[in-house]
Amino acid sequence: MAAPSKPRLAVFKFASCDGCQLSVLDCEDELLAVAGAVDIANFMEASSAVVDGPYDLTLVEGSVTTPEDARRIREVRAQSRVLVTIGACATSGGIQALRNFADVEEYRSVVYAHPEYLSTLATSTGIAEHVPVDFELRGCPISKYQLLEVVSAFLDRRTPNVSTDSVCIECKRRGNVCVLVAHGTPCLGPVTQAGCGAIRPAYRRGCYGCFGPQPTPNSTSLTAKLEEVGMAPEVVKRFYRTFNANAPAFRQAGEAAAAEAK
Amino acid sequence: MTERTVHVDYISRVEGEGALKVRIAGDKVEEAQLKIFEPPRFFEAFLRGRGLTEAPDITARICGICPVAYQMSACHAMEAALGVKVEGQLRALRRLLYCGEWIESHALHIYLLHAPDFLGYPDAIRLAKDHPQEVKLGLALKKVGNDLMTLLGGREIHPVNVRVGGFYRAPTVDELRAFRPQLERALEMAERTVRFTATLDFPHIEEDYEFVSIRREGEYPLTQGDIVSSKGLKIPQAEFEHHFEEVHVPYANALQAVHKGSGPYLVGPLARYALNSDQLTPKARSMAKEAGLGPVERNPYRSIIVRGIETIFAIEESLRIIDHYERPAEPSVPLPEVTQPRRGAAATEAPRGMLYHRYDLLPGGLIGDARIVPPTSQNQKRIEEDVRHLVERSLVLDEAALTDRCERAIRNHDPCISCATHFLKVTVERS
Repeated sequence: MAAPSKPRLAVFKFASCDGCQLSVLDCEDELLAVAGAVDIANFMEASSAVVDGPYDLTLVEGSVTTPEDARRIREVRAQSRVLVTIGACATSGGIQALRNFADVEEYRSVVYAHPEYLSTLATSTGIAEHVPVDFELRGCPISKYQLLEVVSAFLDRRTPNVSTDSVCIECKRRGNVCVLVAHGTPCLGPVTQAGCGAIRPAYRRGCYGCFGPQPTPNSTSLTAKLEEVGMAPEVVKRFYRTFNANAPAFRQAGEAAAAEAK
Repeated sequence: MTERTVHVDYISRVEGEGALKVRIAGDKVEEAQLKIFEPPRFFEAFLRGRGLTEAPDITARICGICPVAYQMSACHAMEAALGVKVEGQLRALRRLLYCGEWIESHALHIYLLHAPDFLGYPDAIRLAKDHPQEVKLGLALKKVGNDLMTLLGGREIHPVNVRVGGFYRAPTVDELRAFRPQLERALEMAERTVRFTATLDFPHIEEDYEFVSIRREGEYPLTQGDIVSSKGLKIPQAEFEHHFEEVHVPYANALQAVHKGSGPYLVGPLARYALNSDQLTPKARSMAKEAGLGPVERNPYRSIIVRGIETIFAIEESLRIIDHYERPAEPSVPLPEVTQPRRGAAATEAPRGMLYHRYDLLPGGLIGDARIVPPTSQNQKRIEEDVRHLVERSLVLDEAALTDRCERAIRNHDPCISCATHFLKVTVERS
């Protein structure tokens, strides 16, 4: 009897900084073990050997920002048994989703001398707005430990064990003093999903929301607290509008602050 | 007359999405176009209206491979605009963080992206099956760079501890001293890396590059100093835009830079080495000699050795900084209010070459205008020249072999297409 073939892994990139797929290569201690457990069939950043689909597990980095990519993601989905998005761009549109709040035609002319050479959409959107997604891994960038958990869970055919707690819970576990309560430092920790290890409060600054909103964020309450510690509504708006500006809860909180600023 | 086109639709083992198209008529290359199809992300547009202190964290997201370079160029440009000086231990800590990024990025390129080309493998995973020692050594060396960034910055990709004016938290002396053994092991690994790269088989070619990098007396360049070139240019960083300009070409979502009145130029390890090899640290200098490098290296394939030498420098520099470290009283210097329009510019040395930022600030401290010139857009035109020369030397090759050679010629320069907003696809047309 022939040995069962190894699951085929693919990594695809859309609009992004490459940092989340670099996280795969940043698993220095585990990379060769992972490569032993799966067949890396398509990973352009790491290999020139490309095997056509279908793929058993596909990791997608980046957001959809061009008509061509809106077409390509459907093709990727059709070739993938399980599709996992990695990072804030693929999950909510990333920092480039700031265009969703502005005039893209004007953006083009600011950066490029010949805007007519470019093909771009008016919005940057997460992958799930285009095709069904099996699991979304948060973060700007993702945590490589969560990535290993997702790949292992897939290999073991179980649900990934990824917490949806807020950053506050991680801060307590790490023993950080609350920077918002104790020092009045603006912090998005109460409304942001855990996963980073609460690193920013450990470096004496507030969370900037790079893992996106947790499932039940009370941003109205947080916004009031941010204003109480001295943040103007215009600054609160910018605080919500960074790497996950287009995630629904942060988008609404940003819009509420923008309305207040007017 | 025969016509040929060589297409590389998607260049692998580079950061970002790009392609190459070469059109050949007879024995002449009519056109070599490095295409960047990485979608535009419009950083310079959405930076307008953001606070000056937001630039380091926002621009870091241009590139997950060299976020520290973006943070450093953004901070220095803002500090130039504000007239703020960050010196002493804070300056040293910035160099230390930057060394972590150089170690990580150079080890990544040497072992995972570049070495497979010389040894005939499609990637490092398959290379590891036959050469496990080398790949494991590369991963271990890379990890030391990442661990150094994590120690200073909280994490290796998009570190969280950098601010305009310095840091949020300065490490303690004990935290840094505890890292010394890892760096000592890394130094030994980096020496083995240089010896390994020196044994590779290199094509015998030299390119006539105009090299451009930063130079500051007394140190190998990372931050601060003049911008110098091998054709005798020497200017303050603030004058970059007077001497270099960006051109938007129809086939790329990136802007290509040229030296006005001179043409395409090269930034990166070969350029830094050519213009600063006299300022290397002792071990880096002796290993360069042992590996057979002269004071200038013009063979782009041998950039893999120069990256090894720069890795040794980064480790020796890290050890020196740690040995002289005293914890500063404050982790950052205070910033003045912005009461009138201000402009500030700065370039620093990303692992793959000089990265320039310029900001115009409005009263109140919001960004009115931003300009970012990444290393790969500066190199793009010069890489096209490399490819042109390669193809003219290699016309006898069949399509597959020629395409493979073209990809290698591009990878020599470790292009980061995400930075330049591009990705590579190679096309060769013969006519």
